[in-house]
Amino acid sequence: MHALELARWQFAITTVYHFFFVPVSIGMSAWVAICQTAYVRTGKPVYDRMARFWGKLFLIVFALGVATGIVQEFQFGMNWSTYSRYVGDIFGAPLAMEGLLAFFVESTFLGLWIFGRDRLSPRLHLACIWMVALGTLASAYFILAANSWMQHPVGYVIDPVSGHAHLTSIWKVLTNSTALLAIPHTILAAWATAGMVVAAVCAWHLRRPGADVPVFGRSLRMVIPIILGATLATSLVGHFQAELLVKQQPMKMAAAEALFHTQSHAPLSLFATGDWTPNPQRTNVDVQAGGLLSLVATGSTSGTVKGINDLNATYRARYGPGEYAPIVAVTYWSFRAMIGAGSLLIALTALALWKLRGDGLVRHRLLLWLMVPAVALPFISNSAGWIFTEMGRQPWIVQGLLRTSDAVSPTVSATSIWLSMLGFTALYGVLAVVGLRLFGRTVRTGLEPEPPPPAAPEPEREPVLVY
Amino acid sequence: MDPTTLQVVWFLLICVLWTGYLLLEGFDFGVGTLLRVLGRDVHERRALLQTFGPVWDGNEVWLLVAGGATFAAFPEWYATMFSGFYLAFLVLLVALILRNVGVEFWAKDEDGRWKSAWEWAIVGGSAVPAVLLGVAWANLAHGIPLSADHEYAGTFWTLINPYALLGGVTTLALFCAHGTHFLGLRTHGVMRDRAAAAARVLSPAAAALVAVFAIWTVADQSPVEPISVVLLAIAVLAAGGAVARSRARAEAWAFGLSSLAIVGLFAALFVWQFPNALTSTDPATSLTLHAASSTPYTLKVMTFVAVALVPFVLLYQGWTYWVFRRRIGAEDFRPGATPLDALGRGSRG
Repeated sequence: MHALELARWQFAITTVYHFFFVPVSIGMSAWVAICQTAYVRTGKPVYDRMARFWGKLFLIVFALGVATGIVQEFQFGMNWSTYSRYVGDIFGAPLAMEGLLAFFVESTFLGLWIFGRDRLSPRLHLACIWMVALGTLASAYFILAANSWMQHPVGYVIDPVSGHAHLTSIWKVLTNSTALLAIPHTILAAWATAGMVVAAVCAWHLRRPGADVPVFGRSLRMVIPIILGATLATSLVGHFQAELLVKQQPMKMAAAEALFHTQSHAPLSLFATGDWTPNPQRTNVDVQAGGLLSLVATGSTSGTVKGINDLNATYRARYGPGEYAPIVAVTYWSFRAMIGAGSLLIALTALALWKLRGDGLVRHRLLLWLMVPAVALPFISNSAGWIFTEMGRQPWIVQGLLRTSDAVSPTVSATSIWLSMLGFTALYGVLAVVGLRLFGRTVRTGLEPEPPPPAAPEPEREPVLVY
Repeated sequence: MDPTTLQVVWFLLICVLWTGYLLLEGFDFGVGTLLRVLGRDVHERRALLQTFGPVWDGNEVWLLVAGGATFAAFPEWYATMFSGFYLAFLVLLVALILRNVGVEFWAKDEDGRWKSAWEWAIVGGSAVPAVLLGVAWANLAHGIPLSADHEYAGTFWTLINPYALLGGVTTLALFCAHGTHFLGLRTHGVMRDRAAAAARVLSPAAAALVAVFAIWTVADQSPVEPISVVLLAIAVLAAGGAVARSRARAEAWAFGLSSLAIVGLFAALFVWQFPNALTSTDPATSLTLHAASSTPYTLKVMTFVAVALVPFVLLYQGWTYWVFRRRIGAEDFRPGATPLDALGRGSRG
């Protein structure tokens, strides 16, 4: 493989891996904050135990997110130096803001939250976890603003001398229409993901005899509506994103539907196959739902949606000869994996909500049994969503401005990237095994026992021999 | 061309971010490197890890922000440096990841093998960055081979030269000594005594290395940079002062002086580097700050952001150090004296 393919693989591996932890951190920090708020307000010990237990799991995930996040800050310079030179004037700003505004807040207040339980007043201690939760949101905002600029560049000019993109309006970059939808989409999906992690842990415990029903039953009843609501809202935002996509990145949308020819009354594709090549130019089998794509994309079943082949011709006239379609099969199937996994999650949590009335869910063993493996669904949906977003933009790294093939570091050899890719993959593999085992063990251990009533004062510490 | 005022401001800010990082993570790295030497059993190591436990993550963010600020303000510098020092940065990142996970995961299991594996991750993940950062900045100050279009023209082995290696050993020794002075402030009892004993060895070694490195740096400069020389002199004097004050068990002074030594040393290197973002071994191909810079508009935006946010960051980070000012000792973590306590602890693991 050449440096280009290797650099792309490395980015994909490190970023998808990093993003296993990110949504859980975003959602779980808020969840722990909610539990702890309930404790501070009501004084019921059950909420304290919940905050502590979910807090432990949150910390394991957060640690891995932080560790794998360092690579992201430097990977642009290491593997994508030409890209960095080209977009630095624009892309670096939100990245630096993320560090100044989000990372400092998250890391500092998390340290205060972990070690400050006995040093801070309960309210101040509670404020710290809320600051962490806010920090994760700020982080999501800036990094998605940066990514959205790659999907839909705004607020820039191309410098005639250097040929690089120069910032003309930071406001436009930070209020990019693409970003304003990508941000709620991602954050809502993060809440659903963390919610599903909580639900799966609860379900696992509730299946066992002698389960701590007050805690896990309560947690489960609290998160199921959150997951369902967040997933439905994610889909709704996704719908508006699709409408925007047709305008901003029509090729990505056409590839998502394997729509090769421009047509009105465009159908929604349910299942399609094509020849085994990046752009087969036609489908072999295509099961369709008539007119629905036009309806989704244009608001009318008779609206016209552009096809891959026609878009390719337009782009060749504008940018010169070349292939302007992404790998159609990857775009098509990642789009379906995202929506499919999300839909299953909606179905499952809707069913759970139905059974939730009374204590029904606790006794519904089949549903509890289903909820444990179902924790994979949001992760599949998240990863597929990012693969769709990034692969669907190819061959561009910045839509319409810079090709991915022109963006890699010219001085970095394939051997170097092999080394780093294998190094990170091996390290991440080890961390996955260790992290999952630690997570599993913490889940199995469960909650700390109810603290004894603070009646007797602490006994005098006497030498062991006295006893 | 001379850099504009905004470019100078951003160069200064990036220098401050890097220096802040080295100053703060310097003691994290020092304590991490010495974890298995200064901590003889699990309780002592727990105490050592807790001296920087609440703050190390915030300290590390200084590195991320330094990287992000370099990207935003001087994209060409960011692009050339990180692609050029590829393998060195790879090793640095792997080391930091291992250290981070080690610090967070060490306490999460009482198993002996678990603990010792993560201890080694912390030791290696602290010592390796301590060396690499010295090697990197010695190279950057001295100059690296750059092509006419500002791409790095050397290899990994170009970076491994005697001057840079001396820089790496110097920062390792300096950070270790810095770590012992930090422990002098953060621990009590036997841990504090042991930190003082370690400082007796490490602090003079660091001072000697700083002196040799300073002399080599001045000899390497042509023409000699007067401000750089003054800063180097301050670094040498401060490192020497730290030796004397730590012998007298004036721990706050020793820590302050070793901080000053780190600041002086790196400030001297930054002054030498100025007005280049990256100094080339061939002066004609050096990447100047002017050439590396973002547009005035981006610099202006980022200046507003920095002015609005940095004071708050300093305030709440400073507050964290105040909250966790209480000294820590191994006694705080020893199992309770009653057998019932001990049983209670044992069964919980």
